[in-house]
Amino acid sequence: MTNTLRALLGASALCTLTVAAWAEPTTITVATVNNGDMIRMQGLMGEFNALHPDITVEWVTLEENVLRERVTTDIATKGGQFDVLTIGTYEVPIWGNQGWLVSLNDLPPEWDKADLLPAIAGGLTVNGELYAAPFYGESSMVMYRTDLMEKAGLTMPAAPTWADIRTAAEAMTDKDAGIYGICLRGKAGWGENMAFLTAMSNSFGAKWFDADWKPQFDQQPWRDTLTFYLDLMNNFGPPGASNNGFNENLSLFQQGKCGMWIDATVAASFVTGADSTVADSVGFALAPDNGLGKRGNWLWAWSLAIPAGSDSVDAAKTFVAWATSKEYTALVASKEGWANVPPGTRTSLYTNPEYQSVPFAQMTLDSINAADPTAPTVDPVPYTGVQFVAIPEFQGLGTAVGQQFSAVLAGSSTLDDALAAAQTLVTDEMTKAGYIK
Amino acid sequence: MARKSSATAKIVTTGFAWAMALLIFFPILWIVILSFKSEGDAIATPLTMLSAPWTTATYTEVLNRSDYFGFFWNSVILAVGSTLMALLIAIPAAWAMAFQPGPRTKDLLMWMLSTKMMPAVGVMVPMYLLFRDLGLLDTRIGLLIVLTLVNLPIVVWMLYTYFKEIPTEILEASRMDGASLRSEILYVLTPMAVPGIASTLLLNIILAWNEAFWTLRLTTVDAAPLTAFIASYSSPEGLFYAKLSAASTMAIAPIVILGWFSQKQLVRGLTFGAVK
Amino acid sequence: MATAHSRALSRLMISPAVILLLLWMIVPLAMTLWFSTQRYNLLNPANTGFVGFDNYYYFVTNAAFWTSIWNTIALVGGVLIITVFGGIALALLLDQPFFGQGLVRIMVIAPFFVMPTVSALVWQNMFMDPVNGFFAHVARAIGLTPFDFLAHAPLASIILIVAWQWLPFATLILLTALQSLDREQQEAAEMDGANRLQRFVYLTLPHLTRAITVVILIQTIFLLSVYAEILVTTNGGPGTATTTLTYLVYVQSLLNYDVGAGSAGGIIAVILANIVAIFLMRMIGKNLDA
Repeated sequence: MTNTLRALLGASALCTLTVAAWAEPTTITVATVNNGDMIRMQGLMGEFNALHPDITVEWVTLEENVLRERVTTDIATKGGQFDVLTIGTYEVPIWGNQGWLVSLNDLPPEWDKADLLPAIAGGLTVNGELYAAPFYGESSMVMYRTDLMEKAGLTMPAAPTWADIRTAAEAMTDKDAGIYGICLRGKAGWGENMAFLTAMSNSFGAKWFDADWKPQFDQQPWRDTLTFYLDLMNNFGPPGASNNGFNENLSLFQQGKCGMWIDATVAASFVTGADSTVADSVGFALAPDNGLGKRGNWLWAWSLAIPAGSDSVDAAKTFVAWATSKEYTALVASKEGWANVPPGTRTSLYTNPEYQSVPFAQMTLDSINAADPTAPTVDPVPYTGVQFVAIPEFQGLGTAVGQQFSAVLAGSSTLDDALAAAQTLVTDEMTKAGYIK
Repeated sequence: MARKSSATAKIVTTGFAWAMALLIFFPILWIVILSFKSEGDAIATPLTMLSAPWTTATYTEVLNRSDYFGFFWNSVILAVGSTLMALLIAIPAAWAMAFQPGPRTKDLLMWMLSTKMMPAVGVMVPMYLLFRDLGLLDTRIGLLIVLTLVNLPIVVWMLYTYFKEIPTEILEASRMDGASLRSEILYVLTPMAVPGIASTLLLNIILAWNEAFWTLRLTTVDAAPLTAFIASYSSPEGLFYAKLSAASTMAIAPIVILGWFSQKQLVRGLTFGAVK
Repeated sequence: MATAHSRALSRLMISPAVILLLLWMIVPLAMTLWFSTQRYNLLNPANTGFVGFDNYYYFVTNAAFWTSIWNTIALVGGVLIITVFGGIALALLLDQPFFGQGLVRIMVIAPFFVMPTVSALVWQNMFMDPVNGFFAHVARAIGLTPFDFLAHAPLASIILIVAWQWLPFATLILLTALQSLDREQQEAAEMDGANRLQRFVYLTLPHLTRAITVVILIQTIFLLSVYAEILVTTNGGPGTATTTLTYLVYVQSLLNYDVGAGSAGGIIAVILANIVAIFLMRMIGKNLDA
């Protein structure tokens, strides 16, 4: 009797304990961008909670500009609002250097750090410390209409030159039918037209700065880059290109209005997806080059990082490890098919025979491998980053220069004026920031 | 003469008024239409889009993805709460300014309005630091304070202009009758001021509901209102017109319905002292 | 009548509002003034210090500064002109008796309820886009070449978007004022043989003066801080064609995270806004002696 009572009491005490532990799970706040792969993850949180009932995840999903503003303000002022941040390859080296991020070198061995694609991991590592776990990676590549190429009697090489692109653009353009040979970004912004133009300029031998941080817009390679770009866009591009970013070009391409589109590799799953009217006739090729040893493709990885001020670092690490694991990839594949798994982060994904049957898998991998953020340009430079310069001032500089170039495309400025203005404004800012002594 | 042709005039005016209203309303109508289409159809040419099948799938998707009612509830609390707080502070001030005007009353009013001229983008970081130190980040009370102060000058001004129109003779008459200050306010002033207070309330609920700078920057989860809900649907990688349209429709529908029920009140009351 | 006692009471009643607004003004203003003399980039916290007026110097010598002032004037002025004239016309129309007043009114007011970012996205993508936009489709249907609004008339396009949002506000206030118009006076003037135009110029317009003043004053305050529409549609470009002062401050403080320069820009914007306000008061303030 007493024993039973004691047992009962003990059991209920245990229950109370478990309930108490269960009733106070660790809550982590995850800030993320509203792109499809992240939205998909939010739908799979039931699986995470089944594994980790003691962790509650709260999501803050925002569009890219607002997200960047929110998390940058918060981490720089140590506001402590977030436990996991979704940031890109631009922020990680800068923030890692400031000591604002928690090192992820100690994620569990089964997470398999060695499996990360070297180009991606390289962009997220500062002084040997991995500061963010890549969720999906992307490069840029040529997407083209196989039916239009066939009609024009051309074939697209797997690794085209810029001259090939021009020939193809000219042959495919049929403005009366509303088909424009090439669609490229033109909207001003460091992550819009300047992402494309900076990557393109690398293949023309251009660079933002020389070894003494002196801006290089007064040099011939930049002039060549822009002359080529303007020639393509003015002759074979769609109207209104100076306001086209990723989304505008995506909807043009999906409606069959572009012969070619050079943009992010993640676009491949959209242009071959259900919403596309041209899904069955899209081919892929590496971003073009000029035979100088660098191609015009960029490298980006949306990655999960933990701010140094987080009060739930362990729970945050558990979440980050889960979201960027091979198991997560397999989970998405089992629910939504292999074409929908977050691409571009792990070697094992690309050796998986099931994933190799996805039409754009190999080209995505080749594009990522063709980019080298630690040596982006033909000549050596003092900075890292392919389509950006990993210094805090770049967002402002890139946008200001992007405005100048977008004005030339819109026809409201000339190439000479724009290059001169870019050179002056970047020189001013770099002097003010103390790079130019 | 005018009376005779009034039936024809009314029909002609009806035609014009509806044409103008449809022209102005057209972009919103477009949003509502798009919200009932699939993403692929939403980017098609207008005629193709209109003939595409109607669907509520987008709404289902949005409701599954976001905690709409959580955002909605925060919007209600913030809009109504901040307006009530502003009224509480503004009514005595406006009353005193209207019935005991000093030599500098007008300057005081103008100064209050001028506090709205500080560009929010310029003080964002200082405010964030302040909120961090006071522990107000992502709290409803923090946002209530900000929204109250942001709208306070307009509330004071609107109320002042209404109170100004209440004839002072009535007050003096009631004082002659020996009414106390309390009963003066309760039984004489309040009934006369109610229409003005009501339309002030309405306009400020609208302004607070749509405030999209501070509500987006000072919240994360707990206090995030519908402006944050919208920000999670605009401009992702990929197609978003249909989802953004559905989210926008859901965000503006409550306030449009409120406006629908109160439009007579709004039209009657929005004088800003503009009526003698 | 104003006894010392009632004076004190009225002071007491005004003071909460005044004290709160004073705090709301002084605290951010003081912090902004202080930051404006500091070298402080959020992303580079190690490199801070007192720099005197350097931030002001860099802000004012920024190549876009004078363009941005002009653009701000053009934006505010353009929107005011459209909304005041459009508002008067609409209010006159809606003041007439017609069928379905309630529905028409709510339709006219509705744009005021749409968030700026949403209306900018809708106008940019669904109406002004030269390939897929509604206007482009209409233009092609009647055999014209679509006009590329945001590339060739960027500032005018943004003025149009903002004016669409504020037209309802102007219409509402002007309509309210019209409804208090003395009908008997109108009818008397009609009897005397005054035509519609004369009645409008000599009776209606003077009656609307105060309402117009209110519209200008309130809208100016809100329009000076417009930036979301610019960010969404043009990012301030092409070139600096749509960079306003507020957008320039946004670029400095929330894109460059240069708190020092952003604060200096904020202070300059406040000074300029107050100059505009004083100017407005001088010009139209006499209409407001309430």
